[in-house]
Amino acid sequence: MIATRPILEVKDLVVEYASDRGPVRAVDRVSLEVAPGEFLGIVGESGCGKSTLLFAIARLLSPPASIVSGEVRFQGTDMVTLDDDELRHVRWRHYSVVMQSAMNALNPVLTVGDQLRDAMEAHDETNRQRIRERSDEVMRLVGIDPIHLRSYPHQLSGGMRQRAMIAMALVFTPELVIMDEPTSALDVVAQRSLMLQIKELQRKIGFAAIFVTHDMSLVSHFSDRLAIMYAGQVMELGDTKQLFADPKHPYSVGLLGSFPSIHGPKLPLRGIPGSPPELAHPPSGCRFHPRCPRRFAPCATTEPDLYAKDGALVRCLLYADGA
Amino acid sequence: MAVQVLTNQEVAAPEARESVLRNLAHAVARNRKALAGIALLTFFVLVAILAPLISPYDPNKLAFQQMLQPSPQHLLGTTGAGQDIFSQLIWSTRETLVLAIVAGVMATVISVIVGVTAAYLGGAWDHALNLFTDVFLVIPTLPLMIVISAYAQNHGLGVLIGVIVVTGWSYGARQLRSQALALRNREFLEAARVRGERPSYIIVFEVLPNMTSLIVAIFLGAALYSVLAAAVLQYIGLGDSSDLSWGNMLYWAQHNGALLAGSPWWVLAPGLCIAALGGAFALVNYAFDEIGNPALRPVKRS
Amino acid sequence: MRYALRRLEFFAVTLWAALTLNFILPRLMPGNPAEAMLVRFRGRVSLQAVEQMEAAFGLHPHTSIFQQYFEYLSNTAHGDLGTSLSFFPTPVGKVIMLALPWTVGLVGTATVIAFLLGTLIGMLAAWRRGGIFDALLPPTFIVVSAIPYFWIGLLLLLVFSFVLQWFPLGFGYDLTDQINLSWSFVGEVFAHGFLPALTIVVTSIGGWILTMRNTMITTLAEDYVKMARAKGLSPVRIMLNYAGRNAILPNLTGFAMSLGFVISGAIAVEIVFNYPGLGFMLLTAVNNEDFALMQGLFLLITVAVLVAILVADVVTAVLDPRTRESS
Repeated sequence: MIATRPILEVKDLVVEYASDRGPVRAVDRVSLEVAPGEFLGIVGESGCGKSTLLFAIARLLSPPASIVSGEVRFQGTDMVTLDDDELRHVRWRHYSVVMQSAMNALNPVLTVGDQLRDAMEAHDETNRQRIRERSDEVMRLVGIDPIHLRSYPHQLSGGMRQRAMIAMALVFTPELVIMDEPTSALDVVAQRSLMLQIKELQRKIGFAAIFVTHDMSLVSHFSDRLAIMYAGQVMELGDTKQLFADPKHPYSVGLLGSFPSIHGPKLPLRGIPGSPPELAHPPSGCRFHPRCPRRFAPCATTEPDLYAKDGALVRCLLYADGA
Repeated sequence: MAVQVLTNQEVAAPEARESVLRNLAHAVARNRKALAGIALLTFFVLVAILAPLISPYDPNKLAFQQMLQPSPQHLLGTTGAGQDIFSQLIWSTRETLVLAIVAGVMATVISVIVGVTAAYLGGAWDHALNLFTDVFLVIPTLPLMIVISAYAQNHGLGVLIGVIVVTGWSYGARQLRSQALALRNREFLEAARVRGERPSYIIVFEVLPNMTSLIVAIFLGAALYSVLAAAVLQYIGLGDSSDLSWGNMLYWAQHNGALLAGSPWWVLAPGLCIAALGGAFALVNYAFDEIGNPALRPVKRS
Repeated sequence: MRYALRRLEFFAVTLWAALTLNFILPRLMPGNPAEAMLVRFRGRVSLQAVEQMEAAFGLHPHTSIFQQYFEYLSNTAHGDLGTSLSFFPTPVGKVIMLALPWTVGLVGTATVIAFLLGTLIGMLAAWRRGGIFDALLPPTFIVVSAIPYFWIGLLLLLVFSFVLQWFPLGFGYDLTDQINLSWSFVGEVFAHGFLPALTIVVTSIGGWILTMRNTMITTLAEDYVKMARAKGLSPVRIMLNYAGRNAILPNLTGFAMSLGFVISGAIAVEIVFNYPGLGFMLLTAVNNEDFALMQGLFLLITVAVLVAILVADVVTAVLDPRTRESS
């Protein structure tokens, strides 16, 4: 899958939150790569660290969260070492962010047009004519009449707001768009319509996308590769179709087994017993072992690495040493 | 079909009442402002209780020379009528504390009743109670207090407390209503309603315990307000000037031209005490704000 | 539109409440002060004046209380607030007009300065979190705002007027001069007004700083601020246009609603400095049992607060597009 140089390389990224009870690791040595034009989905339960990972990659963490170690190489440059001033030049031009709720992500006291203009002016585009033209262009790209440039966020419908956010994200045709559950705030119909639009835009413009969600079925139709996170670590990473057809990590199996299928015979619904661990005190060895139906002796003491198996990566001792 | 991954964490029940208090105590113990404020309050309460023991003289005794400067016999000097200022200062703690607590509690109780009722009854009642609250909030407090006190021929403690409560309850009522409204739609209340509990039961046993920290914060704010309001009214002369309180001391100091006559401590000492007591309430109040909203706590630069 | 109507209803009801309080209070208190006052008047003044007072109070012994109420309301609507006892025989309206400019000048200016300065400092304090400044700021200002306004006034008076003799000892201007518009007089006004204004600013600024800081901290955690950072906007732009403009909105409303408290404090300051404004006049009225003047002042102060709230509302509507829509 990864023929050309990846556009994003995350290596052993560690993110910690400072708390009264000592630092809590929200992201534990996560590594992944994204190829140009690829659609990578990241799924997991609430609290597994996927949003934190996303914001760490985008360098948008605020205290008490901070990147403790690791690399985030975007087009070859390590973003972790850049300071705010240096980052500002890269931001938005080459990678942009789409957030969960447009109502919260758009400034309520400025018009949509104002906010687009702010973004462009921040990157030394001051010609009003060009700003106007580009704003019109990008709004039409997502299917919104440019007259709404004069509207305030609360005057637009939910779906329109979300699309306006995407328009804003694409204003400089970046190479990478990072999306944090952009469809969660929408109803099912609007969700699908938005996803189709995103895929269409990706096809047209060619950006790579990282899409974080807890909605597995949604991402299964649209992503090229999928990463499954649990308790701050990547548990499985591989081609989406392969993963759905043959999940390897017991956690992935559990997740996929939680969904009833409309086709096929009726099967009993299997959940995953127990609950995710407290990140301040993760279990020893493999983090999933207390809930794992296939655990064996070493699981409680040995921390598994990501092992390669059939083109996918799995963090499970069952697959150690090419088992 | 969108299927989401849920675990036990998503459906959280409210904490049991005991652990709410324990968490509160924990949070308070770790917050320096709260500790400082509580220490000050305790100090004043002790002074008030132990007044007969610590005070060097009877505060009303007119036996001494007038307008004396501070000396070892009279740590802060004497008043224009010959009373020992230091003794007066100590004994005044009682009335001021009593005032703060009684007026504070009464104002808080009214705030809770009005605020929570407005949130619960909703509709026209909510509208009417809101209007009622807003009107009292907006009418300037000191002029109102002055006007009421002026009409009331007697200026005893009761009238003072009454006037303070009448002007002081509205601030808290608004905040309580907001929080009650927010709580109103939480799942555990739905559960109580489905069980068939009466609204009054729900309000007293389910809602109020979850509003404890806000109610305490409002009480502290009301106490602070009482201390300052009483001080102003007494300073102007609308208190009972024969009572022993810091505000009255300031009144007499002003009337004897203390500043110009070279007895500045007569003015400075009661003022400092008012500020200290008020400051204590304010510190603990602010600490409660920080406890409720961790984002406000001091951040260590990394 | 609905929002505007609700506000109008609020103003109308408050005004009505103030008027009614003025009417009811003297009648509720034991000893019916209104009647008592009238008795005192009768011995000393002409029949005409007595009738005027009765009109101002709506106090005609032979009419029902409702008639009295309506007469009182209609008199007030016509600007007839009765005759002042302390400044007899000047009508209350005229007396108030003497004091009004002083209060508006002193309190108005000082309060606005305190609000603007406090908001700016609060915004900066929230922006630069961490370090000693952030930890010390809240406790310092909490303690300062718990100090009674008037005591700080006394302190400043002691230090700057009495000991250092930099400023005069009170009043609005040198009492030996006539009020005029010359530069020297303006200078005098400024010198006399400096300490009272400073007192008001020092005691009230803490509140504005703290509330702005807290609102700003909450605002800075909002997603749209994160988005602004993600877009690469300059820190100054984010602080002012994204965070500041949103954080100030609840403060404006808060400012309006707390004006009642603010004006109370300012009155106390006037009294300390013998500054010839409405507050000082209120005290004079109380000491002279001049109920007509008291009522007039109370009414005026309430109206002033309502007007200020109206102004704050308009400013909020200008700054926040959401309020311009129908709710």
